[in-house]
Amino acid sequence: MTTTTTDWRGVATEKKDDLPDKAGIRLRARSRRLLGQLVRPHRRELAFCAGMVLVQTVFNMAGPYLVSVGIDHGIPALRRGDWGPITAVFVAMIVSAVLASGLRAIFLNKVGRIGQTMLLNLRRMVFTKFQALPLAFHENYTSGRVISRLTSDPDALNDLIDNGLDGLLDALLTVAGIGVMMAVLDIPLTLVVVLAFPAMLLLMRWFSRHSAAAYRRTREAIAALIVHFVETCNGIRAVKAFRREPRNEEIFGQLNNEFRSANARAMNLLAIFIPGMKTIAALVTAAVVIYGGLRVMDGNIQIGVLVGFVLYLRRFFNPLEDIAMFYNSFQSGTAALEKLSGVLEEANELPEPAEPKPLPAPLQGRVSFDGVTFAYPKRESDATSASGIEAEDIGTGGKVILPLLNLDVPAGQTVALVGATGAGKSTLARLLCRFYDPQDGAVRVDGVDVRDLADTDLRRAVVMVTQENFLFAGSVADNIAFGRPGATRAEIEHAAKAIGAHQFISALPEGYDTDVKKRGGRLSAGQRQLVAFARAFIADPAVLVLDEATSSLDVPSERMVQRALRTILADRTALIIAHRLSTVEIAHRVLVMEDGSIVEDGEPEALLEAGSGRFAGLHQAWRESLV
Amino acid sequence: MESTPAEVTSKPKIPDEPRRGAFASLRRLTPFIRPYRGQMVLMTLSALGATLVGVAVPLLTKDLIDGPIAHHNKAALWPLGGLVLLFGIAEAVLFWLRRWFLQRAALGIEADIRNAFYRHLQKLPVAFHDSWQSGQLVSRMSGDINSLRRFFGFALIFLVVNGATFLLVGGALIFIHTVMGLIIYAASVPLILYGRLADRRYHRQSRAAQDQAGDVATLVEESALGIRAVKAFGRQGLLYSRFDEHAKTLRSLELRKIRTLSELWAMFALQPQLVLSLCVLIGAYAVSSGALTLGTLVAFISLYLTLLWPIESMAWLMAQSQEANSAAERVLEVLDIVPNIADAEAVAHSRPASAGELVFENVSFTYPNSDRPVISGFDLRVAAGETVALVGPTGCGKTTLTALVPRLYDTTSGRVLVDGVDVRELPLSELRSKVACAFEDPTLFSASVRENLTMGVPDASQEQVEEALAIAQADFVNELPWALDTRVGEQGLTLSGGQRQRVALARAVLGRPSILVLDDPLSALDIHTEGKVEEALHSVLRGTTGLVVAHRPSTVLLADRVVLLSPPGPEGTTIAAVGTHQELLRTCPAYRDILSQTSDLVDAADESEPDTCDSELMEVSR
Repeated sequence: MTTTTTDWRGVATEKKDDLPDKAGIRLRARSRRLLGQLVRPHRRELAFCAGMVLVQTVFNMAGPYLVSVGIDHGIPALRRGDWGPITAVFVAMIVSAVLASGLRAIFLNKVGRIGQTMLLNLRRMVFTKFQALPLAFHENYTSGRVISRLTSDPDALNDLIDNGLDGLLDALLTVAGIGVMMAVLDIPLTLVVVLAFPAMLLLMRWFSRHSAAAYRRTREAIAALIVHFVETCNGIRAVKAFRREPRNEEIFGQLNNEFRSANARAMNLLAIFIPGMKTIAALVTAAVVIYGGLRVMDGNIQIGVLVGFVLYLRRFFNPLEDIAMFYNSFQSGTAALEKLSGVLEEANELPEPAEPKPLPAPLQGRVSFDGVTFAYPKRESDATSASGIEAEDIGTGGKVILPLLNLDVPAGQTVALVGATGAGKSTLARLLCRFYDPQDGAVRVDGVDVRDLADTDLRRAVVMVTQENFLFAGSVADNIAFGRPGATRAEIEHAAKAIGAHQFISALPEGYDTDVKKRGGRLSAGQRQLVAFARAFIADPAVLVLDEATSSLDVPSERMVQRALRTILADRTALIIAHRLSTVEIAHRVLVMEDGSIVEDGEPEALLEAGSGRFAGLHQAWRESLV
Repeated sequence: MESTPAEVTSKPKIPDEPRRGAFASLRRLTPFIRPYRGQMVLMTLSALGATLVGVAVPLLTKDLIDGPIAHHNKAALWPLGGLVLLFGIAEAVLFWLRRWFLQRAALGIEADIRNAFYRHLQKLPVAFHDSWQSGQLVSRMSGDINSLRRFFGFALIFLVVNGATFLLVGGALIFIHTVMGLIIYAASVPLILYGRLADRRYHRQSRAAQDQAGDVATLVEESALGIRAVKAFGRQGLLYSRFDEHAKTLRSLELRKIRTLSELWAMFALQPQLVLSLCVLIGAYAVSSGALTLGTLVAFISLYLTLLWPIESMAWLMAQSQEANSAAERVLEVLDIVPNIADAEAVAHSRPASAGELVFENVSFTYPNSDRPVISGFDLRVAAGETVALVGPTGCGKTTLTALVPRLYDTTSGRVLVDGVDVRELPLSELRSKVACAFEDPTLFSASVRENLTMGVPDASQEQVEEALAIAQADFVNELPWALDTRVGEQGLTLSGGQRQRVALARAVLGRPSILVLDDPLSALDIHTEGKVEEALHSVLRGTTGLVVAHRPSTVLLADRVVLLSPPGPEGTTIAAVGTHQELLRTCPAYRDILSQTSDLVDAADESEPDTCDSELMEVSR
């Protein structure tokens, strides 16, 4: 797979860990920008924290100094029987210890709060983005990946915040301070130390390049693991019924191994990086000992200077290691930020208009398709390879579904859309709900292009019920109120009654307060569909779209819904897609679709009377299926 | 039971007393560590070695001053410099060794636990998955097991190393000055007591945060899976506010942890400083009174200074351990649940050339955590080769009945028998290879079409696959970009509902199972396709025992007999009537009501109780 210049954008690069340099740099720049964006609001607080570390370091340093004061002055005074100086030292030590640790506690709290606030904001941003991205995106991205982005990626950042920040500030200050002290002690010896810097920088660059790829790989591996895991949990019935456990275990084991080896790679890099730094430090120390020893013998410096220098050297290199460790966490966090910034940068192909047009009030519900051409977007190939070939490009993507569609549905009309599978009925419905935008032409509600409507206005005007009716964990009442948050219990019950769901709901153990459990699993498919109907009804849209919305209902329930629809649809526009033509009884108008075009259009009776047309044929087949 | 604690694990419930000591849950993970104990020991030794070498380097400075410099011996400088280098490199190598073992052991332990977790989850019954949100499981599988890795690879090692350092150096300090040394030991007692207290708090807090992280994951999953509903109603705002509430709670729980941790840090940093000041005071007095030489005092204090960091870092290490401990608790909670649908200890085998007779014997079923039976007293014998349709009002338990056959659930009372053998006595794999299902909600996995089809029959021939595709009218798969090798499912090509249903049906009929369970398998098909599938299914069902949930007359016609179920009620569903489709249509108004489209007859009767056709149903509805 070749990486084109645009591939690094968005989630297209999710699968690649070894990127060409240029793309890698841009990815990192992107994640830095995101980091900057997160840090910016906390600049002042962070500066304050840095100041606090400075003060705390001073108190910390005071300890050894006070010990020496105690020894130099306290003991002689004590010998004279004077407890004053030693007591003073004792008290000073206690005070500075209390202040140092108190400041540390405050600092940790403060930095922790900043970090958690940043994480919260990041989670909010990413969640909002996911919710805003179009369905086409979600169809590719999988829910497992969404979970991974919002759980395990922030976790990686949390580690950075938890372990890194205070150590880093401390270390930087110490390195700087000790660097100055060394320079004060002896310039030539300091130059020896400076000589080590290029070697360290080279090592750092090496580590930086490889660990970026390694950590990118860990992010991708854990995402793949989560995707497979979620898929297993959600499909557990089929897993068990078809004895997929062993194969699943094999796939999971493979993915787990990949995660393990990705982590191993990152750890091995660190296992070379840190000892590398240590080796350089050892070389420098040896050089200082020898060169310093020579300088002492040549009388250029005092012994004390050399001793001091060597002692400082160690305290100089230790924090450098801390910085290296921080850099490691930073690399890991950056990989997570790369993934997250990729999501955030993903273009929303269905953006809300900058200046939305209002819908005319009162809403009429006229629907029109003007010269609409549509083909599903091509898929991106970001699937992981458990087995099988990645499905891309062909399939549904790219093929023109609607060549050129013109349709006008007057307000209040109930239209039945019929035709064979793949004729484009559902596509038409999705365009009306703006799940996709047409490549050409416009879809209008009351004369306003749906692309010019604010999302809230569009959703208030048009609501769709499909055969996949997702219910959220929570009570039945909550799920119905999803159609209109803030609906009263009376309104909820009214909606349920209108649709014929009241009876079964009141028979549930806790009635409307019964928890439907995960994905509504407590209810049968038919009951879920009834709740979905009630949810749509309570939303009270001007245009109601029903796409195979009664497929899981048994005949009596369907009949009940049909009967309810007569009243419900009396004052609104409806677009009904159904294989079972019982729906047609309530339709004013029937459209027969074939290959994305409307081939028959008219009142049901008229079309039936014609006798020889497609609708008549479909109707005949349906009558026969009833037995 | 009380006398043999080992048996406690056989209890199917979550243990209510999770902590009996700070490391109770972690200790229970010992079996996972055992294969790596060699590496763990080596890891600890390298860490200890590195610490010791680190202490040794400053000693070289003394040699430098006392040796070459004092004697102006330039030649002797070189070997000494070499020694410094050697020690430095030794430290580097020891570090590398530790990380090397860490990588192998910690990652190995992590991978093993994760595999075990997944394996166990697949064994747990459907009822478990019904009640556990997958977000909670995901957070245990990723976040919690990650923190176990960190514990085994880092915190555990340094707890040991730091503890050893404290004891060793402390011993040396006692040797130098008994009183002050003992004071150092004694002063650690209140610190340890405080640490345990704070740890207990941290344990609770990290448990709460982990649980909350699971809830966040659950919410994220719901919002991703339900994205169509969210978008269709424009409820992004509602979902966001739910998410935000959870995320904010998570933040405040994390802040609570941070507060405890910073307090721990502060106390563990303060205590050694206070002890130091006390030592200085006592030492100064001892020196002034001549009981101690100045040199000894200096040695004592500089030795004590090397203990500062090991003591201070204990705060963090202990917190990490508590975090790992509560993570272990969460992982064990799942691992401790004993799958109650598993192979019986004494498995029976049905006759190999089994015909596929299916019998429900006085079957009742109540969902766990519910006191209302869904099904009660259900008796049905489906003869080998016969097909029975289940018909009944929405929510009466048809799907539940079908799930009892492959043991996705077990009956609450009564038995399900396949060829005369209780399904609970058959090995699961044998039972499930005899029984094939197609569910209402067709699940396809992210794998090739072929793998999805041959899941139940891995050695299926090409002819068998083609036959199954033909029966299910799923020939469209040949037109997919890579035909049977095209990946479908969540991570593959998106198929329409009708297409998925047909692939799922083909999967069920592949290899001609002896019992075929179909739960409204054609709901998403158009009439034309449905007709064709039914025609083909007829031929399949002729040689197979079939149990078919039917909502439509056309599906009912697949069956030789029809079982009409009574409406759902507090006593549970049972059989209302049995007969052929024609018989029931003739004699049973309730059946007509359920299957007939002709609405004129029923419109008036809709609000009233449906007519009944036999006394059994009368009893139920009363």
